[in-house]
Amino acid sequence: MIEIQNVRKSFGQLEVLKGIDLNVEKGEVVTVIGGSGSGKSTLLTCINGLEPIVSGKILVDGTEVHAKSTDLNKLRQKIGIVFQQFNAFPHLTVMENVTLAPRKVLGMGKAEAEAIAEKHLNHVGLGDKLGTYPTRLSGGQQQRMAIARALAMSPDYMLFDEVTSALDPQLVGEVLETLKMLAEEGMTMILVTHEMSFARDVSDRVAFFHKGIMAEIGTPAELFENPQHPETQSFLASVR
Amino acid sequence: MFDYTFQWKQALARLPKMLDGAVITMEVAIISMLLGILFAILLTMFRQTKSRPLNAIATTWIEIARNTPALFQIYMAHFGVASFGIHFSPFTSLLIGITFNNAGYLAENFRGALKAIPDTQARAGQSLGMSPVQSFRYIVLPQMLRISFLPMTNQMVWAILMTSLGVTVGMNSDLYGVTQDLNALTFRTFELFAIAGVIFYIITKVITLSARLIAARLFRY
Repeated sequence: MIEIQNVRKSFGQLEVLKGIDLNVEKGEVVTVIGGSGSGKSTLLTCINGLEPIVSGKILVDGTEVHAKSTDLNKLRQKIGIVFQQFNAFPHLTVMENVTLAPRKVLGMGKAEAEAIAEKHLNHVGLGDKLGTYPTRLSGGQQQRMAIARALAMSPDYMLFDEVTSALDPQLVGEVLETLKMLAEEGMTMILVTHEMSFARDVSDRVAFFHKGIMAEIGTPAELFENPQHPETQSFLASVR
Repeated sequence: MFDYTFQWKQALARLPKMLDGAVITMEVAIISMLLGILFAILLTMFRQTKSRPLNAIATTWIEIARNTPALFQIYMAHFGVASFGIHFSPFTSLLIGITFNNAGYLAENFRGALKAIPDTQARAGQSLGMSPVQSFRYIVLPQMLRISFLPMTNQMVWAILMTSLGVTVGMNSDLYGVTQDLNALTFRTFELFAIAGVIFYIITKVITLSARLIAARLFRY
């Protein structure tokens, strides 16, 4: 499980997280919504230790992410993250993009890594693109490749940071379908998203962030049908 | 006014000697290029660090290499250091001079290549569990290589041509030095230097063409 305890984070003078508390259970799907600059994306990069925090604690299966003694490379193997910008490795084929980390980090043999990669690539619908270079893929395909790449490390948790925001509208659906499939398979996920109807569909809980504070959290029904916090109400009114 | 009689046969008889010289020329260029790449990587790393002395060393090196004549650099490596009692053979001085020049130019290219690769690439590698060294080695470096491949080819050509400056420090075993000596013996000035020019041209052409072939094989994306 992921335990976030009173986490504060600043970029210089700007405090972007002002004491966040959130627990995510195994198998749970939590989406984070909120305006830009609310700190929701920053939270994800703090969870996998890409960003340091000022105070508080983040525990992943009991391991403190920001403790000096923590082997971050090891920890990140069980936390997959997919970014808004797909970050495909342009010099590698789709297959090589997916097999790189299993081979170099987990020390897997080529055949084994390729079998796993093929499984995940088939799963996200890219089974026919194995030898293709990412520059020849659409944004939606690149993003699905990035998802397969993260899955190939067999992570226990997946973090998704506005993964559809950089996509053309007609490509959003295919990526959301992939995410939905993962959620249904029981993957533990934290998603930052602007896709409200998607958040309502897949989430166990939805959190609303506002100016570095988690203003409200609840089931999709609670949060979308009966928001308590005035900021949640006005945010939902504005995106509807 | 134009009573020079071409004597190509006489000049061509010296071709084997000149080709021996061409081998030395390539030797100097290749060694200086390999050393230049190594030093350029070091300089690039020096520039990335926060250490002021290392930064200063790198900046000074690169500034001098790129803003003074190559001839000056080779001269300094021979006659300049000789003033302090350090004596290098012409071969060594030429090698040092060209290596210095190569490293300066290549370091600048490497820096540009590094800048062209977004930070998010290394970040993506690290978020897959790779160490910073691994993500540099497998993600950043191959992309850097592609970006700096063409500039490296140009520098290699430049290194070949720079060897001709060796004559000024007494180098007489490379293509240009051999030609100069043969000229002093035979006075077939035009023919000998024309042949040398053609050999230089062929060498650099072969380099650029094979580089293009290698690039097409290496960089398929």
